Parts: sequence; C-alpha cells; structure tokens
Amino acid sequence: MTQVATLQDPFEEVAPPRGRSGGAAWAVWLSRRIGLAVLSLWLVSVLVFLATVALGDPVRAILGRDYNSNPGRVAQLEAQLNADQGIVSRYFSWLGGLLTGDPGTSLANQQPVWGQISANVVNTLVLVFLSAIVMIPLAFGIAMISAHYRRRRPDTVIQTVLLALAGVPEFVIGILLVATFSTTVFHIFPAVTIATPTGHPWDTPKGMVLPVLTLVIAVTPYVSRIVRATLLEVLDSDYVELARLKGIPEPVVMRKHALLNAIVPAIQVIGLQLAWLAGGVVLVETLFAYPGVGRQLVDSVRNHDVPMVQALAMIIAAFYIVVNLVADILSILMTPRARTAISG
Amino acid sequence: MSATSTSSSAAPSFFRRALKQKRFMFGLTVTVLVMLFAIFAPFFAPYGENEISGPPYSKVGVLGTDYLGQDVLSRVMYGGLGILVISVLATVLGMVVGVAVGVIAAYSGGWLDEVIMRLNDVLLAFPQILLALVVLTALQDPAPWAIIILVGASHAPRVARVARGVALGIVSRDFVVAAEALGERRSRIILAEVLPNMTGPLLAEAGLRLTYSIGLVAALGFLGFASDPGAANWGQMLNENRLGLATQPWSVLAPVIMIGIFTIGTNLMADGLAQVTQRGDN
Repeated sequence: MTQVATLQDPFEEVAPPRGRSGGAAWAVWLSRRIGLAVLSLWLVSVLVFLATVALGDPVRAILGRDYNSNPGRVAQLEAQLNADQGIVSRYFSWLGGLLTGDPGTSLANQQPVWGQISANVVNTLVLVFLSAIVMIPLAFGIAMISAHYRRRRPDTVIQTVLLALAGVPEFVIGILLVATFSTTVFHIFPAVTIATPTGHPWDTPKGMVLPVLTLVIAVTPYVSRIVRATLLEVLDSDYVELARLKGIPEPVVMRKHALLNAIVPAIQVIGLQLAWLAGGVVLVETLFAYPGVGRQLVDSVRNHDVPMVQALAMIIAAFYIVVNLVADILSILMTPRARTAISG
Repeated sequence: MSATSTSSSAAPSFFRRALKQKRFMFGLTVTVLVMLFAIFAPFFAPYGENEISGPPYSKVGVLGTDYLGQDVLSRVMYGGLGILVISVLATVLGMVVGVAVGVIAAYSGGWLDEVIMRLNDVLLAFPQILLALVVLTALQDPAPWAIIILVGASHAPRVARVARGVALGIVSRDFVVAAEALGERRSRIILAEVLPNMTGPLLAEAGLRLTYSIGLVAALGFLGFASDPGAANWGQMLNENRLGLATQPWSVLAPVIMIGIFTIGTNLMADGLAQVTQRGDN
C-alpha cells in the first residue's frame, strides 16, 4: 500500500535506553524526542528565512514595474526589511523577535503581524479540530465495514472508491461540493463562510459545513485504508483464528482483538493527516474564503508581504512538528511492547 | 512498502504481472487517455486559446464561455498540456534527486546517513504547498522552470525517505557484498546492482508523485500563481472563473473534472504498481 510507505516508525527515532529505572529512561526518551523537535523547528526557521529573503528580491517583487521609477519607495522598503544589514544579523534579529512574540510588522498595512494573525490561528484550529472529530469515527467505521466484508465485493468497492478519492486534490473535491450543494444542483449551504470583523466563522454553522466536509473527504481515505490494513492483519492472524475456534463471536473478535490493535497505527496516520491538514487548509480556506492562516498566507504571498509569510509559515510548520511529536508520544504510551522497551 | 524488491531477472515478469492487474490497467488507460487528450486536443479545438467567441459567461458553444468570453471547451482542450509537462518534469526531478539522496544515504550508512535523514526530516516538516508558497513570496511572476523546481524540490525529501527504505533492504544482500568484494567502484555498484533492483517500488512511488504533482501544479494555478497569466491552464481556469460558478458552472466544472479524472487515473496506476511490487516480495 503506497500510503504505508510514508508512515514513520516512531520507534526508529530513538534506541531504547537500557539499565535505568523506568522514570529516568522515560525522561531521557522524552527529552531526546523534544530536543529533535526543537532542532527541526530551528532548522525550519533558517529555511523559511532564506527562502523568503535570499532566493529572490522581495522589494523588487513588491514594487513590480515601479521598482525602477520609484527609488524613494525602494529605499523605504529596504529600510523596513533592514536590507542594508548582513543576512546573518537580519536572521538573528528576526529569530529574536519571533521568540519574544514580536514577529515584525506587515509590509502590506504596517500593522503588527501578530495582531492580525492570532484570530486566524484560532479559526484554523477550530476548522482542523472539527474535521478531525468528524473524520476519526467515520474513518474507523468505514474501515470496520470494509474489514467485515474483507476481500468480497463491498470491500473491493469501498477500497476502490477510497483510493480514487485519495488521489483527488482537495480543491477539486471542494469545488464539486460547492457546485452540488450551493450553486448548481442544490442550494443548501453557502459557498463561502461569512465572517464579520468582530464575529467568528462558526457563528453561522451552515457556512462551516462545506469546508469541514471537504477536509474530511480529503483525509478520511488515508486513515481508513491504514486502519483496514491493520484490522485485516490482525483478523488473519493465528491467535484470532484460535479465538474464533473457541467460539468467540465475530463482533467481539472485531472489537476486542482487531480494533485495539489498530489504534497505534491509526494514531500515527491520524497524526500525519492532521499535520497534512496544516497544508490542506491553504487551498480549502482560499476556496471558501474562510478567515484562517491558510487564506491569509495566500494573500500575503500574493502581496509579497515577507514578515507575514515568515510568521505564518513558522506557525504552520510548528503545528506540523507538534502534531507529529504528540502522535509519537501517544503511540509509545499505547504500545506495551515499546513501553517496556523504554522503561525495561 | 516492504524493503526488498524483485530481482533484475524478474523485471520482465514484474511488468507482465502489472499488465494483468485490473486496477493498474484501468489507471494506466485513464492516464494515457488524459495525456493523449492534453497533447492532441489543441489541434482540434474549435476556437483559439485566447479567441473571444461570445459574451462573458454565456451559453455560446458546447460548454459556454468563460469570464472573458473565451470558449470553455477550447480552453479545456488547450489547458492540459502545460499541467502535463510541468507535472511530469517536476516528478522526474523529484524522483532523480530523491532517489540519489536516499540511495546514497542507505549505501554509505553511518553518520552521513544520520545527517542526511535528519535534514530530510526537517524538509518533511513543510507541507508541500507551503514550501512552494514560501519561495514564491520573493519571486515576481514565476517562470515555468521555477514551478518545476519548486514542485520537484518538495517531492525530493519524500522520495528520499522511500528510496532509502527500499535501498536498505538491498545494500546488505549477497550480490552487493559480492560486487564490493570484487572491487567494483561504488558508483558502479549503485548504478548496476542497487538501482535495477529498486524498479518496482520506485515506479509505484513515481506514480504517486505524479498524482501529487498534478494536484500541486493545478493548486498553484488555482491560487493564481501560474507562470503565464493569459494561457489556458486547468488550474488557472478555476481561479479565473470562480465567480462564474453559479451562472456558468461548466467554466469551472470542466477543468475541475479533467484534473479529477487525471489524478484518479495516476493514483490507481500507482497503487496497482505498488500491489504488484508487494506480491513480488512474497
């Protein structure tokens, strides 16, 4: 299965320490894993800074044709970006600002970056959270139905549909949903989310339906396919065969043996998919005009608003790293084998 | 995906088995049909790429007209080639770089492997679209090659991970050790012994990468970052005609359906290949 190829093994990261007491070994494992996350975040910050500043000329990109005719504006923007300083000192003053909660001033409207972003971060988190709440039970349900009919017609049909959906870009799904439910066929849900400057997008719940549905359809196939694969692996194993021979009814086998074993791979893939959502929201938010970090990122890239893009990219990458960290910790906690390997 | 692979002598039977697989054949057929459409349809288009055939968002012509009054059918017929070429080149670039990095890491092992894969993990912390957008911030009107490099570069770390996993299962096998004992050069061992044995999994990965390339390239067009604003391009058509979705749905639906069919085809093809590869292991 192609998706499995991208799954990371949480145990590969750290060799389990030996000969220490459980608590100390845990602390070592945890601090190493968190240290890796912090290191990743720092390298990401270097990458974001270089990509936005060093690969092109932001001032030239902002001014376009005016670049040659308006030297005053060029000087003003270069002063704001501290273009006269060396790239290393610019990086460190930017990083310092980031760490002290001041990621700079937007070039587009001269307002502090953080003040414009904070509300959008909450909006995006709500969108991702709602999608996860709908997606997780749905993915498990589909996987269980599919595993119940394993290798028979309903299973084949479900798997083919999921596979087809897995390849389709999220904005394609979103546009088809809009055409079906809000503009062309039915007129049930609004095509865009409406947000007043003071209110929240979820004040009009109807407007949330299509963005959430789009994200759910985009990630459910992956999670469902991994869960089904794990369920099948367990259902075909010898000890489950023995349980069946002992006369344990199939629903109990499914619930007690198969499902419990599918939890850890599921946490891994759910973590990956939630992290993927950090990128997926860019397109979905733009499509539905949802006031989140994704749409703001696209607007800022269009305006070549370097400080905004840097801050937003760091937030998205940080979200990705934190979600993966949490997924790794949860999988270790929920795998008896790995738990004892670490503390034993 | 498991680490081992078909041996080189079994390579022809790998393709024969793939051809017998229903899912792969269906995906391949759809993919080839869309590619043929993208390449040859421009010759049969009823109107020119930028020719005005009627008022904006009208019902003139088979699929109506778009925001400027250009014929939607003709735009769809012209709009596939750009996406196809950019996606394929980006996929090739991502595969070449990723496989090179992954195989070198697996083959050298030790601290080099550790460093390469750690840096690789950092790149994996960027959702693919984010990497492209961050770089586009500082660029004015991206050239086609810029989009190819961006999409290819965002694939490379993901390919490297897979390629390393596959290569790890091969570099310790007897025929590689034998070649080393014979004193073969390292570059020759990688090219003649390791790579040919990775064909199956790598083809499956390439199919998957092509799927994502199409999605990414179309997404950049949809977000309004296409390289040539006037040209017909399925992704960009979505951006241009978004406001017309209610009045002239075909101006958006036609390109969206083409992108959808294309990605479904490539994804089924990739998964079929992956399944054949896995069975080859057992």
